Amino acid sequence: MNGAQDLGGMMGFGAVVPEPVKPLFHAEWEPRAFALTLAMGATGEWNIDMSRRARESMEPGRYLTSSYYQIWLSALESLLAERGLVEPEEIAAGRSLHQSRPVKRVLAAGDVAAVLARGGPSDRESDAPAGFAVGDRVRARNMHPTGHTRIPRYCRGRVGVIEAVHGVHVFPDVSSTGTGEQPTWLYGVVFDGPELWGEGTDPSLKVRIDLWEPYLEAL
Amino acid sequence: MSGGNDHHGHHHHDHDHDHHHDHDHGSHLSETDARVRALESILIEKGYVDPAALDVLIETYETQVGPHNGARVVAKAWSDPQFRGWLMRDATAAIHSLGYIGRQGEHMVAVENTADEHNMVVCTLCSCYPWPVLGLPPVWYKSAPYRAKAVRDPRGVLADFGVSLPGDTQIRVWDSTAEIRYLVLPQRPEGTEGWSEEELARLVTRDSMIGTGLALTPAELQEQNA
Repeated sequence: MNGAQDLGGMMGFGAVVPEPVKPLFHAEWEPRAFALTLAMGATGEWNIDMSRRARESMEPGRYLTSSYYQIWLSALESLLAERGLVEPEEIAAGRSLHQSRPVKRVLAAGDVAAVLARGGPSDRESDAPAGFAVGDRVRARNMHPTGHTRIPRYCRGRVGVIEAVHGVHVFPDVSSTGTGEQPTWLYGVVFDGPELWGEGTDPSLKVRIDLWEPYLEAL
Repeated sequence: MSGGNDHHGHHHHDHDHDHHHDHDHGSHLSETDARVRALESILIEKGYVDPAALDVLIETYETQVGPHNGARVVAKAWSDPQFRGWLMRDATAAIHSLGYIGRQGEHMVAVENTADEHNMVVCTLCSCYPWPVLGLPPVWYKSAPYRAKAVRDPRGVLADFGVSLPGDTQIRVWDSTAEIRYLVLPQRPEGTEGWSEEELARLVTRDSMIGTGLALTPAELQEQNA
């Protein structure tokens, strides 16, 4: 969706403010929100694409004025509410008010290291032939899906060149709806700066973007 | 760090009286803080999360996983041409061989800075970042200014970090829109011939592995330690 998360090329935010490696967290609640998000992710009640959809579904004004862990927290609350696991009135009350169904899995302290090490690889086996090869010129489609997508607005309609074929990966546009993974070919596509941003752009700029096959059309 | 026990305790107090409740948790806590505490105790009460697992998760990223991992990868690549070749060819396997693997680093690609080309990594759509080698991303990496500006004006971003590159250096920005995670292999600073991997690793900053900075020179390192 064309939400506030799709930030590439927006202006007016001012300078980037560097920060040292430590402290890692900037408020006491941040590590708790972080850990709750990971622990609930490990229950298997939703996947990473559904989490991203929940985050970018925030009203743009709120998204842009929230810190990133606030965005995570807000998405976690909506994912829990959507599934009837925690209702908003329970958060307001600060305690459980309803009996809820158990989750699929609970992450035990002793399993954290193994679960983190396993991660969630997105590559899949597939017999489907790749539609593009390295060196092909392609146009990123001018598409504006209302659901979750990973094609940034700034490249839509622009011409680039396939530089890498990453194999077949879970397709977020479908995976985010909970209707399956629809593994799809994924490519690394390079765009010239001036093609993306027009006249006056630094000619030494190139932008490389990972794009799934349905985002691309042959030229 | 507040542990799970805190929150159990908090619950038992609920029945006591509101005075304590307000005094302990109300006035000096932000609304977000209160929401997180509420959510944590509800998730524990419903049996969805193991409070001990929360502490292990936080501990992992506060003490074990961080840019010191990536610095080791870079220092090895600088010292060992065979490892460097492997890293450039199959970064996932090469990085795994040093023990760094898993969540948000399942599919790794290393990109090499040279005198002619400088690489910078961003995620314009969210906060994608190679956790096993760099840990959790800094605030600026996830914030609107960086995500908006990196793909359009990377030299402007470099200026924000106090870095200036020659005008004819090609700049390549990698937008992590999928599950592929990128690690920048910075240029090895001059005057480091014969340094051990451990010594070299101290020159490798987090920002140099994102591409918003350069590796420290020996003089800069000395200054930092002074």
